[in-house]
Parts: sequence; C-alpha cells; structure tokens
Amino acid sequence: MLPDDHATEGGRALLTVDRLTTAYRGLIAISEISISVARGEIVVVAGANGAGKSTLLKSIAGMEKPRDGAVSFLGKRIDTLPGHEITALGLAYVPENKRLFPRLTVADNLRLGSYLHRSKPDRDAPLETVFTLFPRLKERLGQRAGTLSGGEQQMLAISRALMTRPALLMLDEPSQGIMPKLVDEIFAAVQSIRKTGVTVLLVEQRLAESLDIADRAYVLQTGRLVLDGTAKEVRDHPDIRRVYLGM
Amino acid sequence: MTHRQLQLVLLSGVVIALAILPRVITDVYMLNVLVLTLMYAALSQSWNILGGYCGQISLGHALYFGVGAYATSVFYASFGITPWLGALAGGVISMLLALGLGYPCFRLKGHYFSIATIVIAEIGLLLVHNWDAVGGALGIQWPIGPDSWVTLQFARDKAPYVYLALGLFVITWLVTYWIEDSRWGFWWRAVKDNPEAAESLGVEVFRSKMAAAALSAFFTALGGGFYAAFVSYIDPESVMTFRFSLLFALPAVLGGIGTLWGPLVGAAVLIPLTEITRSYMGGSGNGLDLIIYGALIMIISLAKPEGILSLFHRNAKPDARP
Repeated sequence: MLPDDHATEGGRALLTVDRLTTAYRGLIAISEISISVARGEIVVVAGANGAGKSTLLKSIAGMEKPRDGAVSFLGKRIDTLPGHEITALGLAYVPENKRLFPRLTVADNLRLGSYLHRSKPDRDAPLETVFTLFPRLKERLGQRAGTLSGGEQQMLAISRALMTRPALLMLDEPSQGIMPKLVDEIFAAVQSIRKTGVTVLLVEQRLAESLDIADRAYVLQTGRLVLDGTAKEVRDHPDIRRVYLGM
Repeated sequence: MTHRQLQLVLLSGVVIALAILPRVITDVYMLNVLVLTLMYAALSQSWNILGGYCGQISLGHALYFGVGAYATSVFYASFGITPWLGALAGGVISMLLALGLGYPCFRLKGHYFSIATIVIAEIGLLLVHNWDAVGGALGIQWPIGPDSWVTLQFARDKAPYVYLALGLFVITWLVTYWIEDSRWGFWWRAVKDNPEAAESLGVEVFRSKMAAAALSAFFTALGGGFYAAFVSYIDPESVMTFRFSLLFALPAVLGGIGTLWGPLVGAAVLIPLTEITRSYMGGSGNGLDLIIYGALIMIISLAKPEGILSLFHRNAKPDARP
C-alpha cells in the first residue's frame, strides 16, 4: 500500500516520517514506515503488542536512533537531533510508562515541563488549559506525584507534556492500566487538546475507542505498515472488523 | 511567611548562634572542632550540588579540594599572592578541570561514574606526589607572618577561622537555596530522578550534569584554599586522599542527601564525633574514624535512607493526601 497522501498535499504536513527503519541490536523493530500528520489532526497508530508502535514514537521523539529513513517536523529534519532539541522544537512525547518524577509534587512536575520557556508568563500560560482539562490535578498540586492513582498519573504526564507548549503531542497508550471510567475521560481530553490547537499522534491498542476520536489511522503489524486511511475507512475494512473489532 | 522565607530566618538564627560561639568557647581544641565542622558542612554542601541534587555520586572530590589547596598555597608561598585570590584561582581551575573530566565521565552511569571519580582522584594524588614544582611529597609550607586578614594567618586566635568557615558555609548554603527554586535545580532533580523523562521535557541532560559538576568543583576548591590557610602546611597526603572525598559525601548522606540542611546536620554529628575519638584514642586510634564512617553508613542506609532530616519531615509521608 502506498504511504498516506491525504496529509502531504500542499505541504501541510506537520510531521512526515519517510521509510523509517529502527532496529534493536540488529533486530528490526520497524521497517520502512511512512506516515504523516497534518496540523490539527488526531491520528492514531494501532496494532497488536510488538507491532512496533512504541518504537515508532520513540524513533520520532529522538529516544531511539533510527537505522534508516527520515523524520521531518515543521519542515525540518529531526532524525539526527537529540531528544531535548526535538522537544524544544514543539514536539512533546508522553512515553508508555509515563516517567513522572515520583518524589516531586504535582506542581513541581508541571513546572519541569514549563522550564523550556524563559519568561514566567510564558511558563504559566498552559496551566489554565491543564486545569480545565483535568480539574482534579488542581486539587492535588501539593501532593507527590508517586501517590497519585494510575489515571491521575496519566493526566499529569499529559499535562506536563502540554506545559512545554507543543505543536504536536505524541501519546503512547494513554489508556494502559487505567480504570475504564478514566479512560473515557482521557479520550475526551485528547479531543479537547486538539481544540486548543495541538495536533495529536496517538498510539493505542484500544482500536474502537481511538477510531471514535481520530481523523485518520495507521495499522502496524510486526513492524510493517499494513493499512492506512480515514478512521471510517479503517473501521469498515473487513480485516480490521474481523481481527481487531471482533465483528 | 512562606516556606522559603522561613528557611532564611532559620539560617539567620543558625548564623547568629554560631557567630556567638567563639565568644563563649575559648578552648582552642573545641574551636578547632568547630572550624572543621563548619568547613566540612560547606564542603558537603558543595558536594551535595552534584551528588545530592543532580544525583551524580562523586567520590573523587578530594581532587578539587587538593587543587584549591595547592593553588592557594603555591600562589601565596611562591608569589606572595593573597589566599583570597589564590582560592578563587583554585576555584576557576577546578571548575575547568571538572568540565574537562566531566566530558568523558558523564558518559558513564551510576556506579561506573563513581568508580571513575575515585580513580581519577587517585591519579591526581600520584601526579602531585611526583610533581616537584609544587613540592612533591614534601608539600608546601606557608611562610610565617603576622596575623592578618590579608594573608589569612592567625597564630593566636582561632576565632577568625570560625568566621571564615561560617562565611564559606553561608555562601554554599545560599547557592543551594537559590538552586532549589531555579530552573537548574529543577533540571538537576529531573536528571537525578529520571534522565529519559528529563530529556523528553527538553532538559539537556549532559549539559545539566556539566553545570552541576563545575559549580560543585568551584566551591570545593574554595574550601581547599581555606583549609590550606587554616593548617598553613599542606602535602599530597593531607589534602588529596580518598578520606577527604568520603568526608565530603558523608555529612550530606548522613543528614539528608539533596536537602538544604542535610550537610550541616550531618557534619554537626559526624565531625565532632570523629575528631573527639581521634584525639582520645591518640595514635592507637588510627583507622577508628573509618570504622565509625562505615558503621554510620550502614545504620543510615538500613534505618533512614533519606537521612537524619527525614525524621522531622511531616509531609514526607507517602499518604499525605489532602
């Protein structure tokens, strides 16, 4: 199947991944993956465990060095940059295991996200958005991050990433290990985040729920791109209905 | 009053109390212990910047201490330059040295980093041992002169050394106080807790470590300069052995690693204890202080890994939900 061409038209793409290959100690984890994300979209990358979804995000975020291929963000090659420079360009990444600072308070975790910006008004600006998205974080500001529930930790991880004021937010399985009620809350928050002007690239195993909020989807299988299209196209694809949605 | 203002008030109280002490204590031996306690508190506070806040456990800070002591001594004994400038020069040299050594060493993580620091400090000790221009194994004797604040020589009265050590402690405390609320301080704690997460938030992990190492080395060298003036005779063994590296790390670990008051609390317990046992045991007690350090490390790591200060922290409890 051809790489997606919906988003690349007219050079509107915020993020372009071109034939990216990443290997761990010689073992190919993802092979020649090409995706693109346009400004304002919610794009989901789906696939089973071990399909290479997390590797894809890590390779984009600069946490893994790709073996081959190119990643461009805002028209700039980023696949050779270190992670902190990629974040500074406006690409925020929330890893699967959240990676909060458990001994610091919720407020200090948020503050750490904001230190990318020099002036205090710039640093504090996203706080209002964060508290609107997740009011319960406001109640927990003085509490150590390690004492939060799983769902609250996910909210904090997303909020901390938003404090860097990204153009693109990449979330790796935000629903993992979280009680169902909070999963809905987090998916709803992703939609609200898009409304604030932040583009979202989401990796999920929960295909049905993520297709409900996504514009487009890519499906990976054992490191290769096997399907892509609009959320509706992917949802209606016979293989997807059979294999992932159990219909 | 905010928590931060409270800390400043607390510091003022401590400083006033310590400044009065030399008026009350006249015994030279006790003043000596007081000077050493404050000096190690300052040195441990410097070590704490890199070890406590940034989480890079150095056991080679004796190198920077030695560089400070030697720079000050050479400048004074050979060129007659005041130790105030000599110590500053030592600080700058140490800072550059820390940056040069940090470049390869910060590619190592955890224990490997600590081992590298021990080895490098030992190499430094051997080099100075065999470097005749700085006195080799014989060391450097400070020329005897009248008591003066310019040369920092006080033969009769030890009180000025108390004030100097106190001043050094206050400076390192204030630097740490500033760090606690600054961008660097947050970055360092992030690097300590989780370098990958720090990186994903735009923290330059490598540069953060380098900055912490440079600042830490600078103040450690100032302490070395002070010590050289205080004892007015140095040789490689008396300023650069592993024992010093241990004595900079231990008060912070004992009192509370990565805390504002940990180094002073730790030094106030550790230094009098070791000095007093050393003098009571005389020559036969050689090595007893090392046994005490070992025992204290074991007790702390088993009973209170967060240090003595954690005994007083109400909000340190994990169940502190509002």
